[in-house]
Amino acid sequence: MFEAIKHNLERIAGVEIYPILSLLIFFTFFVGLGIWVYGYKKEAIDEVSQLPLND
Amino acid sequence: MEMQQFYYDNKIVKKFIYATILFGVVGMLVGLLLATLYLFPNLTDGISWLSYGRLRPLHTNAVIFAFVGNAMFAGIYYSLQRLLKARMYSDFLSSLHFWGWQLIIVAAAISLPMGYTSSKEYAELEWPIDIAIALIWVVFGINMIGTILRRRERHLYVAIWFYIATFVTVAVLHIFNSLSLPVSVMKSYSVYAGVQDALVQWWYGHNAVAFFLTTPFLGLMYYYVPKAANRPVYSYRLSIVHFWSLIFIYIWAGPHHLLYSTLPDWAQNLGVVFSIMLLAPSWGGMINGLLTLRGVWDKVRVDPVLKFFVVAITGYGMATFEGPMLSLKNVNAIAHFTDWIVAHVHVGALAWNGFMAFGMIYWLIPRMTKGKLFSVKLANLHFWLGTLGIILYALPMYVAGFLQASMWKQFNPDGTLAYGNFLETVTQIMPMYWIRMIGGLLYILGLFILVYNIYRTLRANQPIEDDFAEAPALKVLSGSRMSGEKFHPWLERRPIQLTILATVAILIGGIIQIVPTIMVKSNIPTIAAVKPYTPLELEGRDLYIREGCVGCHSQQIRPFRSEVERYGPQSKAGEYVYDHPFLWGSKRTGPDLMRVGQKYNDNWHFNHMWDPQSISAGSIMPGYKWLFDNEAMDISDIEGKLRVMQTLGVPYTDAEVANARVSMAKQAQKIEDNLHSDPDFVKSYENSKKVAAAKGEEFVPMSQREIVALIAYLQRLGTDIKVKDNAKK
Repeated sequence: MFEAIKHNLERIAGVEIYPILSLLIFFTFFVGLGIWVYGYKKEAIDEVSQLPLND
Repeated sequence: MEMQQFYYDNKIVKKFIYATILFGVVGMLVGLLLATLYLFPNLTDGISWLSYGRLRPLHTNAVIFAFVGNAMFAGIYYSLQRLLKARMYSDFLSSLHFWGWQLIIVAAAISLPMGYTSSKEYAELEWPIDIAIALIWVVFGINMIGTILRRRERHLYVAIWFYIATFVTVAVLHIFNSLSLPVSVMKSYSVYAGVQDALVQWWYGHNAVAFFLTTPFLGLMYYYVPKAANRPVYSYRLSIVHFWSLIFIYIWAGPHHLLYSTLPDWAQNLGVVFSIMLLAPSWGGMINGLLTLRGVWDKVRVDPVLKFFVVAITGYGMATFEGPMLSLKNVNAIAHFTDWIVAHVHVGALAWNGFMAFGMIYWLIPRMTKGKLFSVKLANLHFWLGTLGIILYALPMYVAGFLQASMWKQFNPDGTLAYGNFLETVTQIMPMYWIRMIGGLLYILGLFILVYNIYRTLRANQPIEDDFAEAPALKVLSGSRMSGEKFHPWLERRPIQLTILATVAILIGGIIQIVPTIMVKSNIPTIAAVKPYTPLELEGRDLYIREGCVGCHSQQIRPFRSEVERYGPQSKAGEYVYDHPFLWGSKRTGPDLMRVGQKYNDNWHFNHMWDPQSISAGSIMPGYKWLFDNEAMDISDIEGKLRVMQTLGVPYTDAEVANARVSMAKQAQKIEDNLHSDPDFVKSYENSKKVAAAKGEEFVPMSQREIVALIAYLQRLGTDIKVKDNAKK
């Protein structure tokens, strides 16, 4: 199924590292994002989301 | 705590709203004229500056940069001040931004119909205007960031992050895509050629949609929807995820505009993967917007502002679902080059941008004039006319796109094309073009109702004055994180760090995609038989660019049996190495022209460009009579053009540059001689000589007129490969 894609990728030197790098970049990015977001205190979230209504 | 007193600048918001409405009317009327030209192609016969090819970029630029752009600025200037509890940083910069932007729009409205265009979609404006855009954009950025630094509110609300990302990314995109070498005041050549130019262009084009039409409007959504519904956004946490994942992923998706093209496959596949992923943050944002209305859906029944917002966000959801689907190669194989894409972008423009802008205007004007909207009924009528207009616009275009693609790909049992004549596939979808025009008309009628309603509201209420406000000054906090302070809350009060991080997020994708294609030579295999254009052909190519032929004709044959059968061998990357700029096109209202060279004789092109219907009855191509005018073509810049091309790496020798005019005269004379093989031509040619003599005008030989250069270019297209094939035999 992925022949068309693999065919092009196989010719790149050192391609083995690509999937590992991609996984790392994305894993770090989204896990980091998740941690930030859920690290928020409830009060802080409420306060910030009220900003547009308080002018 | 001491309260500081200040005024919010409402007058700048007012100015931008007026400009939004004015250019909305203009941009959409031009669109309506274009839709009408499909039905009556010779409606503006003989008037070069009202021809389809020149007006199409005017329509897209007017709607994107004038209508949506001014709406964005109006929305930002109002919300930014209030979210930060501060007046805009500098009234002078606000004014400079406003007038500078309007001046750019006027320059575009004059230069595009005159044929000054770089031909790169949504970046057509020539280099002096490009520089002006960059400068004014920086003025906007300084004004915004200055306001942020002087704020009286510690935290930057999510809307502001979207504004910051918009500023940063559009600056990066605009500068890199517009890099070109000038030939003269209003003519330049892209520094990139062929495949590389295509990649940079669609990296830009896609992200112009992302960061000019989407992120600023998402920021507006996060401010105005809670305002109009009078309740906070559904999930602030979701909005954080929405922001970072959207800007991180969006920037990679550009190559989905070039599927099955000669762009290296790895870049195409990267574009597909990221386009699919884009569905998640886009729908996260849409859901966040719609669910903000939870518990107040009853209000949606009575408040036109919320109605506009709901349809806008729904349109955003539809367009961002369709986008990833269109990025799948099998779907793209059908939809690309057809009216399907036209439907897709109009759902985005008419529903998402248009309705967000209208909702915002209906909300802002009564508020700033301290009164009520003149007529809620009229606003409701606008809403329904607009909604019906969107449906009548989009649905027939979907049908037309699918139908035409199916006809392009249909084979007879004996292996020949079922619709071998391209025109047959056009005449079949004419009813759809009619319905589309009616849809557009309804949408504009709705806009006229808005104009009237807003005019009456302004007359009935108080004049717009700056709003008085007071807020305590911000206590100075340490720049570093306080004890117990989490990273993101810290980041949210540090605008500069937030800006830098957002820039990093968008640069990762850009760099990984763009740099290898430009740096790695092996990505573009060269073909020995491909030679630079002759000076006459180059001038012809510039006429092709000037007349906007690329708006309806592609130069990119995809590797499908149906296309190879219809247009000839599939395109190869090496065929475009001297194309500054590339002219692949994105829509086939007419057939592909990649290999049209030598397919017909010179007389065919001559007669066809004069009156297409005389050659192909029922054709919707307009005539280009001004190319035949009794005037010599302007070739004063030819040496300069060749020299710029030399600088860009096109292998013209110095002798070729010096002999350019001689070579042009020779090649042109040959075409004129060919034309004489048609007795009808000889007759009318002799006739026009007599007419000129009778008028006392000097008669310019056909070989010196523009049409001959254009024929030279058309006859050259795709023939380099044929030479090679012949040599093999």
